[in-house]
Amino acid sequence: MIMGIDRGAVAVWRRNADVFFKTWRTNFLPSVFEPLLYLVAMGLGFGGLVAGLTYAGQPIEYIRFLAPGLISISAMYGGFFECTYGSFVRMHYQKTFDAIVATPVSLEDVIVGEIMWGASKSFINSTIVLTVITLMGWFLFPAIQFTSLTILLVPPLTFMAGLMFASIAMIFTALVPNIDSFNYPFFLLITPMFLFGGTFFPISQLGAAEPLAYILPLTHTSLLIRDMSLGLLGPIDGLAMIYVIIMTIAATYLAVRMMKKRLTK
Amino acid sequence: MHMAPVVVARDLVKRYEDLTAVDRISFDINQGEIFGFLGPNGAGKSTAIRMIQCVSPVTSGKLEVLGMDVRERPREIKARLGVAPQDNNLDPDFNVIQNLTSYARYFGIPKAQAARRAEELLEFMQLSEKRDVMIENLSGGMKRRLIVARALINDPDLIILDEPTTGLDPQARHLIWERVRQLKREGRTIILTTHYMDEAEQLCDRLVIMERGKFLVEGEPKRLIADVVGDCVMEVIETDGDEAERYLRSLGQQVERSADRLYVYSKDCRTINQEFRRLHPEIYSVIRPATLEDVFLRLTGRRLKE
Repeated sequence: MIMGIDRGAVAVWRRNADVFFKTWRTNFLPSVFEPLLYLVAMGLGFGGLVAGLTYAGQPIEYIRFLAPGLISISAMYGGFFECTYGSFVRMHYQKTFDAIVATPVSLEDVIVGEIMWGASKSFINSTIVLTVITLMGWFLFPAIQFTSLTILLVPPLTFMAGLMFASIAMIFTALVPNIDSFNYPFFLLITPMFLFGGTFFPISQLGAAEPLAYILPLTHTSLLIRDMSLGLLGPIDGLAMIYVIIMTIAATYLAVRMMKKRLTK
Repeated sequence: MHMAPVVVARDLVKRYEDLTAVDRISFDINQGEIFGFLGPNGAGKSTAIRMIQCVSPVTSGKLEVLGMDVRERPREIKARLGVAPQDNNLDPDFNVIQNLTSYARYFGIPKAQAARRAEELLEFMQLSEKRDVMIENLSGGMKRRLIVARALINDPDLIILDEPTTGLDPQARHLIWERVRQLKREGRTIILTTHYMDEAEQLCDRLVIMERGKFLVEGEPKRLIADVVGDCVMEVIETDGDEAERYLRSLGQQVERSADRLYVYSKDCRTINQEFRRLHPEIYSVIRPATLEDVFLRLTGRRLKE
């Protein structure tokens, strides 16, 4: 199945990239402004009320804890939105998949190409957020200056995490009867991750429920991105990476199987 | 020189959980011919075509396209196929020319070659003026023409046209017919499905009429008309009563009724008509040449299916 990743998948990826870059101005704007608003509202407004926060045994300012969380949220939303709503529209309304599988490109290629594009959206969105944070760190909030070189690992990591979120999204796209049904995964999976995935507060705050947070893909993503940003990479990040890789392979495998079942008649 | 058939099907079956869509059909489609699949909705035409296209798995039987087994070499077959589907699945995110060039990429056609080919095809389908127009702003006829153009982007050996003229005005239909004939002259093999019998009669070298997954007949249109209907049909309009119908049936003739219209299929319909006019001068009747439509309706019945 993995051998399906070839020229065909790349052609599918190119199609989506071409469409995206035709209208890149409108596509970039939300990614720039959202993190700005969050940093100001949560980091400054709310963060001012937070005292005595520690992370990995060290005291940390709230806005410095929050910023990597925002990068991981954008990685999650980028891939998940693209491969739910975006892929469903192409599959169901535009019949783009039907048109493509009439060529030498196979359905596996289409799914893998879509997932690769979803990951690219994660990468693009997160990299914009990272850039905004970096600029604000230089000019406005010294607390979010990230000086460790491991921060350079964040962009590639957001692509990897993007593959994971996009492939999970693709499973739902293979399942849902109609586009409104995406409310379920967003309500039951994405919103809990947004809130409890190590984004706005350390998961140690969850007390006895802390282990549950480790089920969530975003917890591992935010852990990796935060430790890369702060220069705190350790053994636990290796485990998080293994989680991301296994989850991506399993979800991609399932998504391809379920999509074939849905679309092959 | 003997040319191997482009499509060979033997005892081809497609079964869904509760339905046999294609039920043991066998046929050959030869190099350079236009082969028609006709039949009412749900007869199995589209399913048969989707199997040839390698997008619908074969349940059982043999199916070879361009000398290759559809189960073993779908990618290579699809590389030499051009498909104009029934549904409009043009890419609404692109304009006309981009629809062709982006599609060329799926075949791995180099960029410069794709650009050249795309312009040629727009010319061929008379769409050059619409080159930069978005899909949503095209008329139905232009969309169909673009779908045919797209099907030709890879210079295919076998072209599949699934209802290429449904919903088009007469001018647009004639342009498509003209292009189909031109493609045939270039030596390409064409598979056509249509609901228009005049279209099938004009274009197809050979055709099959399907119903419930099986072939009812197979052959050249003219021969089918002669064999199934004869050379002429008598049509009678009987608005009230069934006097004419009873009379014609009493002659032992094959009579079909559709609303107020009676059709008499007989080798002797000229003599029957003369006699009928003498007996019932008040009832309108006429003799006309038999068409493929008569074959179709005679075999599949006049009542609406489904």
